[in-house]
Amino acid sequence: MIQSIVKNQRLAAVFLLGAALFNYPVLALFNRAAAVFGIPVLYAFIFGAWAALIGLLALVVERSR
Amino acid sequence: MLHSWVVLPVALAYIGVLFAIARYGDRCADRGRSIIANPYVYALSLGVYATAWTFYGSVGRAAGDGVGFLPIYIGPTLMMALWWLVVRKIIRISKTNRITSLADFISSRYGKSALLAGLVTIIAVVGVLPYIALQLKAVSSSFTILVGYPEVAAQVPRVAVPVLNDTAFWTAVLLAVFTILFGTRHLDAAERHEGLVAAIAFESMVKLVAFLAVGIFVTWGIYAGLPDLFARAAQDPRLATLQAPLGGAAGSYASWAWLTVLSLLAFMFLPRQFQVAVVENVNEQHIAKAIWLFPLYMLAMNLFVVPIAFGGVMHFTGVNVDPDTFVLTLPMAQRQEALALLVFIGGLSAATGMVIVETIALSTMVCNDLVMPVLLRMRSMRLGDRRNLTGLLLGIRRGAMVGVILLGYLYFRLAGEAYALVAIGLISFAAVAQFAPATIGGIYWKGATRGGALAGLLAGFGVWGYTLLLPSFAKSGWLPLGFLQDGPFGIALLKPYALFGLDGLNEITHAMLWSMLANIGAYVVVSALTRQTIAEQTQAARFVDVFRHTGDGRDVHAWKGTASAPELQALLARFLGAERAAAAFADYARRRGVASAAGVPADGGLVQFAETTLAGAIGGASARIMVASAVNEETLTLDEVRAMLDDASQVIAYSHELKQKSQELMRATSDLRAANLRLQELDRMKDDFISTVTHELRTPLTSIRAFTEILHDNPDLDAAAREKFLTIIIQESERLTRLINQVLDLAKLESGRAEWQVVAIDLRAVVQDSLDATGQLFRARNVGLETRLPDAPLVVSADRDRLVQVFINLLSNAAKFAPADVGRVVIAASAANGMLRLSIADNGPGIRSEDQRLIFEKFGQAGDVMTDRPQGTGLGLPISRQIIEHFGGRLWVESVAGAGATFIFELPVARSASAADAARASPGHGA
Repeated sequence: MIQSIVKNQRLAAVFLLGAALFNYPVLALFNRAAAVFGIPVLYAFIFGAWAALIGLLALVVERSR
Repeated sequence: MLHSWVVLPVALAYIGVLFAIARYGDRCADRGRSIIANPYVYALSLGVYATAWTFYGSVGRAAGDGVGFLPIYIGPTLMMALWWLVVRKIIRISKTNRITSLADFISSRYGKSALLAGLVTIIAVVGVLPYIALQLKAVSSSFTILVGYPEVAAQVPRVAVPVLNDTAFWTAVLLAVFTILFGTRHLDAAERHEGLVAAIAFESMVKLVAFLAVGIFVTWGIYAGLPDLFARAAQDPRLATLQAPLGGAAGSYASWAWLTVLSLLAFMFLPRQFQVAVVENVNEQHIAKAIWLFPLYMLAMNLFVVPIAFGGVMHFTGVNVDPDTFVLTLPMAQRQEALALLVFIGGLSAATGMVIVETIALSTMVCNDLVMPVLLRMRSMRLGDRRNLTGLLLGIRRGAMVGVILLGYLYFRLAGEAYALVAIGLISFAAVAQFAPATIGGIYWKGATRGGALAGLLAGFGVWGYTLLLPSFAKSGWLPLGFLQDGPFGIALLKPYALFGLDGLNEITHAMLWSMLANIGAYVVVSALTRQTIAEQTQAARFVDVFRHTGDGRDVHAWKGTASAPELQALLARFLGAERAAAAFADYARRRGVASAAGVPADGGLVQFAETTLAGAIGGASARIMVASAVNEETLTLDEVRAMLDDASQVIAYSHELKQKSQELMRATSDLRAANLRLQELDRMKDDFISTVTHELRTPLTSIRAFTEILHDNPDLDAAAREKFLTIIIQESERLTRLINQVLDLAKLESGRAEWQVVAIDLRAVVQDSLDATGQLFRARNVGLETRLPDAPLVVSADRDRLVQVFINLLSNAAKFAPADVGRVVIAASAANGMLRLSIADNGPGIRSEDQRLIFEKFGQAGDVMTDRPQGTGLGLPISRQIIEHFGGRLWVESVAGAGATFIFELPVARSASAADAARASPGHGA
C-alpha cells in the first residue's frame, strides 16, 4: 500500500499549499489595485490559484490510479 | 410572458421532471442496474452544497465586499485534499456499522448512546433552520420579483403579510409535499435513495447551466467582455474599494481564514452533505474523482459571481435593488424573459435540492435518534407488542419533515428579515461545525469518551446559540436590542458579539472562536477525566481501527445474554418486513456455514448481526434497545469482566508453563545428542585403539617369527649369528610380553577395574625400591645418579606397587635417554602448598615441545616413527599418568630440545597422622 501512503502525503501537501496560498501573507501580496489582462489582480490570482490547485488534485488522484 | 400563471406551471413542471428522474432512478436500482453508480454522478450530487445561497447570495455578498463570498468554496476545496483520508474512513466505518445519519455516527462511536443521538439531532435541526429559512426566502422573493415583470422591484416589501398570503408559506408547503414524495416511499435498511441522488445530480447541472448563462449574458451581452467590465468597475466610485478589498471592505485576513475553516468543517457536517457524501455513497473509489471534480464544479459556479455583482451595481444606479437579486433582475432589466425564467428555475432548483435532501436527512435523524428511543422507552406505547412498525416509522418521518420545514418557515418569519442571505447561512454553518471535534476526534482518538462528546457538544452549541442565534432574534426585534448593545441585564462582559470584551471581530469569527474553544476544550478535558464503559471502548476500537479489521462481522464484543435466532428474526421482521428479514437471516446463516436460519448459534455474533441490520432501519441506539430487550441482555459488571480477565490470565499462565516445558525438553534433547556424539567418538577411539594395539603386537611377533624361521631353515648357521638371533628373539618376546601386560594394565586402569591398595607410604621408600630395580640399567650405561631427598618423610596415600611402577617407568626412561657415560640423572623432591613434588631430570636430547603432549598418548613416541626404532612400548607414560592422576596428582614434563628433560609429578600430602606408619615402613626395607 505504499502507493496509498504516497497519495496521502501528496494530498496533504496540496492541502498545505492551498492553505498557504489562500491566506495572509500570500493573499496580501495580490491585494493591490492593479490589473492583469484587464482583470483585477486579486481576483485573477484567487481564481487562477484555485484552478491550479484543482489541477494538482486531479493530478495526484488520477496519477496514482 | 412572465406571469404567475406561466411561471407556476413551469416551476411545477420542472419539479415533475425531477420527480420522474427520481422514480426512474429508484426503479433501476430495484432492478439492480443502478444509474448512479458512477463517480460523475457522485461528484455532481455533492453539488447540493450550492444552494440559493450560492445562486443568489454570493452575488449579493460580492457586491458588498468583493471577495467575501469565496472562502465558502475555498474551504471545501481544501477539505477535498483531505477527503481521501477522512471521508473514506467515515464511509468505511458507516458501511461496516450500518450507520445512516450523522447522529447515528456520533452516538454509535460513543457507545451507542441514545442521549448523544438525541442531542446531535436537536443541534442539527436547530442549526439548520436558518439555512432552510434562507431557501424559502430566496424562492419566495425570486418568485415575487419575477412575476412583477416588467417592473424590477426595488426591494421586496416585507410588510407583515398574513401567513396564508405569504408566498414563502406556500413554498414551504409545496416543498414539504415534495420532500415526502421523494423521501418516504419505503423504508430502506441502508437509508439509500438512489432516485433522489439521480435527481440531485441533474439539478446540479441545471443550476450550473442557469448561472453560467446569466454570467455569460452579463459579461458579453451587457458588456464587452471581462476586461471591459472590470475597467468600468474600476471607475465606479462604489466599486473602487472592491479592487483590493481585503483588509477593508472584505474584512480582515483573520476573518477570511476563519471563514475558510468554518466552511471546511461545515462542508463535512451539514446533514445533507453527510447524506450524499457518506450514506448515499455507492463505491469508495468514487471519492477519488470527486476530489477534483467537485472543486471544479464550484469554481465554474463562482466564475461569474463578481462580474454579475459589479454589473448589477453599475447598472442599477439610483435604484435600490437588493444585490441578492442581481442574478434575476439583470436579465429582467434587459428584457431577457427566457433567460430570467431559466434563472428562476435555476434558483428554484438550488433551493429545492437543498431543502429536500436536508429535510430527509434531518427527518431520518429525528425519527431514529430522537423519537424512536423515547417511544421505545415508554412502556405505555408497548411497542414491543406491535406487530408491524413500518407504518409508524414512516409516519414519524413524514411528520418530522413537515415539522422541520414549518419550523424553517417560522424562523424566516421571526428572524429572516434582518439579514442578507449569506449571513443567515453562516449562522447554520457555525452550528454544524460544532460536530467537528466529536466526529473527527472520534475517528482518530480512542480515548475520547461519551462524557467528553456530550460536554463538547453542549458547550459549543450553547455558545453558538448565545453568540449567533439569539442575536438574530434580537436584530429582528423579538428580543430587546439592548441585549446586543449592552449585554444581558446590562452585563457588558457578556455582550453576545463581544464576549469577555473580545470585540473588533466580525460576528461569525467571534462566534467561531468562542464556540470552538468551548467545544474542543470541554471535549478534551472531560474525555481525559471520565472513563469509558466497555461498550464505548469496543466501539472506539471499531471506529479508529476500522481499516485494520477485515470487517466480516466476526469481531464480537463482550456480550452475555440469552437469545434465539427465531426470536431475533421475528424482531427484524417487525421493522423490515418478513421477507427482508428472512433473506437477511438466510444470508447470515450461509456466512456462518449453517444450513438454515433456525440453526444459527445464538451467540454474540448473531446479536451483533441483528443489531447492525436493524440499525439500518431505526438507528443504532434504538436497535440496541430493541435487541437488548428481546435478548434479555445483561450488562457485564466489572466483576464479571474481571473474572473473564482472570480466565484469560490463567490461560496465559498455562501457555507460559508449556513454553517452559518445551524449552526443557529441547535442552534435554540437545544433551542427549551431545552424549550420543561422545559415545560415537569413544566408539571410534576404541576401534582406533584396537587397531593400533594389534599393529603393535604384530610387529614383535613378526620379528620373532622371522628370526625363528631363519634359525629353523638354517641349521648350520654359525654360533655367533645363532647367539645373536636368539638374543633378539628373547628380547622381542620380552617386549611382546611387556606390551601385552601393559595393554591389560591400561585396560584395567581405564575401565576402573584395577585394584588399588591405598596406604600411607613414604615416597623415599618408593624411590629406594625403584632404584634397586633399575640400578642395573644405570650401571650398564654408566649414567650417573644423584638423589636429593629431604630428611623428613614424604607421605602420600597411594598404592605402593603402582607408585613403584611409575617410578621405575620414569627412571628407566631417564636411563635410556641419558647419553652413555656422560649422562646424569637427578632425582629431587620438595613439598609446597600441600603437594609433594618429585622430579627426575636427565641430560639427554630433550623432548621437542610438539612431542611433549604426544609422549603421554597411547603408543605415542617421540622421534620419527618411520626411522627410529621404538624405544619402548609407547604405553609407559600414559599408564603412569593414569596412576598419578588417580591419586589426585599430576604428571608432566618440562624440557627444552637438546637440553635434557625433567619429568615431574605431584601428589597431595597424605592427611591424618599416618606419618608414623609411613616412618615405620622406612627406607631400606623394600620389596
